[in-house]
Amino acid sequence: MAFASAPKALIRPTGPARPVERATGEIGGTGGQTAEAGALAVSARGVSLTYQTRDGAVEALANVDLQIGAGDFVSLIGPSGCGKTTLLRVIADLEHPTAGSILINGVTPEEARRQRHYGYIFQAPALYPWRTIERNVALPLEIMGFDAKERRRRIDKYLKLVNLSGFERKFPWQLSGGMQQRASIARALSFEPAMLLMDEPFGALDEIVRDHLNEQLLRLWDQTGKTVVFVTHSIPEAVFLSTKIVVMSPRPGRIIDVISCELPRERTFEIRETPQFIKIAQRVRAGLRSGQSYDE
Amino acid sequence: MSERGPIVVIVLILVILWYAAAILMNASLVRDTFRRAEVKYSLTELIAGTLDAKRPVVPAPQQVVAQFVDSVFGYPPDSPRSLVYHSWVTLSATVVGFALGAVFGIVLAIGIVHMRTLEKSLLPWIIFSQTVPILAIAPIVIVVLGAIGIHGLLPKSIISAYLCFFPVTIGMVKGLTSPDPIQRDLMRTWSAGPTQVFRKLRWPSSVPFLFASLKVAVTISLVGAIVSELPTGAQAGLGARLLTGSYYGQTVQIWAALLAAAIIAAVLVAAIDAAGKWTDRRMGARI
Ligand SMILES: Nc1ncnc2c1ncn2[C@@H]1O[C@H](COP(=O)(O)OP(=O)(O)OP(=O)(O)O)[C@@H](O)[C@H]1O
Ligand SMILES: [Mg+2]
Repeated sequence: MAFASAPKALIRPTGPARPVERATGEIGGTGGQTAEAGALAVSARGVSLTYQTRDGAVEALANVDLQIGAGDFVSLIGPSGCGKTTLLRVIADLEHPTAGSILINGVTPEEARRQRHYGYIFQAPALYPWRTIERNVALPLEIMGFDAKERRRRIDKYLKLVNLSGFERKFPWQLSGGMQQRASIARALSFEPAMLLMDEPFGALDEIVRDHLNEQLLRLWDQTGKTVVFVTHSIPEAVFLSTKIVVMSPRPGRIIDVISCELPRERTFEIRETPQFIKIAQRVRAGLRSGQSYDE
Repeated sequence: MSERGPIVVIVLILVILWYAAAILMNASLVRDTFRRAEVKYSLTELIAGTLDAKRPVVPAPQQVVAQFVDSVFGYPPDSPRSLVYHSWVTLSATVVGFALGAVFGIVLAIGIVHMRTLEKSLLPWIIFSQTVPILAIAPIVIVVLGAIGIHGLLPKSIISAYLCFFPVTIGMVKGLTSPDPIQRDLMRTWSAGPTQVFRKLRWPSSVPFLFASLKVAVTISLVGAIVSELPTGAQAGLGARLLTGSYYGQTVQIWAALLAAAIIAAVLVAAIDAAGKWTDRRMGARI
């Protein structure tokens, strides 16, 4: 509780060199939490996780090795039930691996969580129904002890960023599913974490809205230099967004392939027609296929 | 508006049944009276007699209403013959007992939710406490508290609180554990402390459960207050009216007191309902 009154104290000391931070810092805010370039945001070695359930053990992750550089946009893709959510939850210190070790920004997941290194966006918006949109966005800020003036500033800034200005006083049920999900993204951004963990955030949305949000997310990532770990089922989405695509096998989740995706940082949807894009998509598909046959 | 029709019909049916019951239950009594006076009587006279008996087995509605109106408006409100006076005595014990019981119930629920050991060690006792017949322990409580110099409102309120905390505890344990896993995980990702999780998640989630259990509790606490007035030598309160009424065969007085109790219960439940609705609206409930 001691740190609640002094949010600034939580901010990880940052080295003098911050090449990923864009010049203006307009969207990145204080920028103090932006990850150092070259450092590893996530470094997992031999991570396994077995859930103990009433009807036996479920092996969700088997021997996962994963390195995510600071500022990377990494997509996790794999068949349903392969352990993507589980891996994200391990990174977020919501689950504890049964074997192996994992470091987040050089510290344990627990420490990273306590220092509020990441914002987690769940598959469902998970807004608190009794709070208005603005008070939902304010919730993490209240918990972290930001004063009312700063809360107001950030609510306005991040609701504007996700195109929800004017909906401050609405309750969640008065918004569409896509708007709710955008509000939950604003909530995760509001405390300006260095890393975003996103679990199929756009899974329930239609193609058009999804494209739009993908573009916005990409711009946000480009402007703030945040590390993003993004779970998806969609190959085009993964290729369009990522600097690195991690293909996972069916349960127990193993990493089959890590594909780096060297498209330009500033991308438009036209890129989906380019041979380079199609080639990467084919490799992802091939990876997913090989994983399937593995099991049969 | 559309709700009003069925309510009127049901009330009408109940009143008709009540009249029928009064006629049937009092008939033999009236017949005896006529026979003892050795007068001839017609059926109409018999029915008129059943609805106007001095000490009926079942008083007719208009008798109860007349007695009610008379004892509410016929005396100054601080007179021991005024139903307002007795209602006030019972109401104040009810409200204090309800407040004590609700607070105790909530505190207990908070303890149970935050400490599993507390649940294991306390819950059997709580359940046991509710199986003891209140009529058996009410006199004990009154006598013991009287011996240490506590009289009047407080002993009654304590008995009333003892009865009404239970539904609040059960409801609030349910309510405080109602947040779904994602809502709790969110708090964890922000590394919120237990107090913050309580204030910003558990407590607001439990509010609908709170009002539901308060509605149950308030009626129980009224019953508790009335019951606890019985062993005090029936000095004041609706319980006392019931007791003296049955001593002296004043059935109409008993029914008038019951009517007062029913009105108090309805008003209390309606008040909590209104508070609940108001809170719901503030918390963005879909109407
Ligand atoms: N809390 C839990 N207890 C027991 N088993 C679990 C738990 N959570 C997940 N599992 C199991 O672990 C496996 C991996 O689950 P996970 O949610 O990580 O999959 P996923 O890749 O995110 O799937 P999807 O794409 O459908 O969301 C599944 O087989 C699931 O049944
Ligand atoms: Mg999942």
